Amino acid sequence: MAREGDLKLLGLVVSPFVVRVRMALSMKGVSYEYIEQDVFNKSELLIRYNPVHKKVPVLIHHGKPICESLAIVEYVDEVWGGGAPPSILPADPYERATARFWATYVDDKLFPAWIGVMKAATEEEKAEKVSQTLAVLLHLEEAFAKCSNGKAFFGGDSVGYLDLALGCNLFWFETLREMFDVELIDEGRTPLLASWAQRFGEAAAVKDLVPNVDKAVEHAKKMRRVFVH
Amino acid sequence: MAEGGEEVRLIGSWASPYVVRVQIALRLKGISYEFVEEDLKNKSELLLKSNPVHKKVPVLIHNGKPVCESSVIVQYIDEAFAGTGPALLPADPYERAVARFWAAFIEDTLLKASSQASSGKTEEEKTEGKEKVAAAIVTLEGGLRECSKGKPFFGGESAGYVDVILGGLLGWVRAIDTMQGVKTFDPSTTPLLAAWAERFGQLEQVEAAMPDGKRLIEYAYARAMQAAAAAASTN
Repeated sequence: MAREGDLKLLGLVVSPFVVRVRMALSMKGVSYEYIEQDVFNKSELLIRYNPVHKKVPVLIHHGKPICESLAIVEYVDEVWGGGAPPSILPADPYERATARFWATYVDDKLFPAWIGVMKAATEEEKAEKVSQTLAVLLHLEEAFAKCSNGKAFFGGDSVGYLDLALGCNLFWFETLREMFDVELIDEGRTPLLASWAQRFGEAAAVKDLVPNVDKAVEHAKKMRRVFVH
Repeated sequence: MAEGGEEVRLIGSWASPYVVRVQIALRLKGISYEFVEEDLKNKSELLLKSNPVHKKVPVLIHNGKPVCESSVIVQYIDEAFAGTGPALLPADPYERAVARFWAAFIEDTLLKASSQASSGKTEEEKTEGKEKVAAAIVTLEGGLRECSKGKPFFGGESAGYVDVILGGLLGWVRAIDTMQGVKTFDPSTTPLLAAWAERFGQLEQVEAAMPDGKRLIEYAYARAMQAAAAAASTN
């Protein structure tokens, strides 16, 4: 394990964006001090290091903050690049562009849709958001077919940038199944994503970083109390 | 247009700030390209095939392969043509992360607020949008200070990634300023941005990529009238 003296991560156990960054750090074998944040009662530290958004994750390296999960993942890939640790982004510019396109799609389209399911005030709204989520997942199914080229992951033989971008959301799909009995990644509708999700969950680098569904359910209930009227 | 075996085509529409971003990036790097004007009311087979997910412009087609999403395209241009022209992203990983942060801010905070300001469902929502835009611009002034470190551009001595991402919007900013009699980048509250806008707008590569000011204003008025007519007919 590479010893990194001055590396801290401000996070939230149930945030998929934080989980994404932790997975990237784990892939690089980098150790860091993890500081759990209370997003309902923001700390001095969080406000100081992410004054613009006051959100997690924030990576603090040698006292300098890096914010925005995808920017952090690219930073981690570049700083701990070369040599033994696997590369997170592909080397080829066109493949990098494809990975970035789909990662942006996950954050811009998938995330708001499933969050909408979690926060829905009525059954109607929930059904609409489920529908939206399923439509987005169909596009991601096609993306998997193209990107993986018959291999196990979006990144090929091993976990890569897009696997992290999408994979960090999976524990929330299980949470939503638990809370609302909705099946988002379904073998019938999206078979490639279903088998990928299984493999991703078992991948060494990401295995122990996925929080318990119970924690996510607890957080969701708190969010609903605060945001749903 | 082929140049040393490279074929670069850009599918775009003249008014789109996202397309302008890509044109600025290509011109800053000195890459020649064929511009394919798209009629967004009657989308071509080429566009639908090249961007099946969003069906939007810009799409860069490099040696037959499409790249979509303006910020992804600009980074692609920087990487695929690494040997050509100046680098758009900084070399240092920390500075790159800072640049990516501000580019994300422009998309996710500034432009989202701008969209609410113009297309909000109620007057209240629109007003809130305008306030968010004003706040975002003040924050962006801080971003410019952080990135430029006293130099002329977000990219430092020369224009870079964040300059391009923000700069694509300049045509529309000028149009709105003229139409509404305002100063989006107010020199009294955001002096760095105001000076940056002047300076960036005068770069020859940027001037060549910007939509014609008058034409943009006419287009904006026409769109506003269409929207008003549509709203009136549903009342």
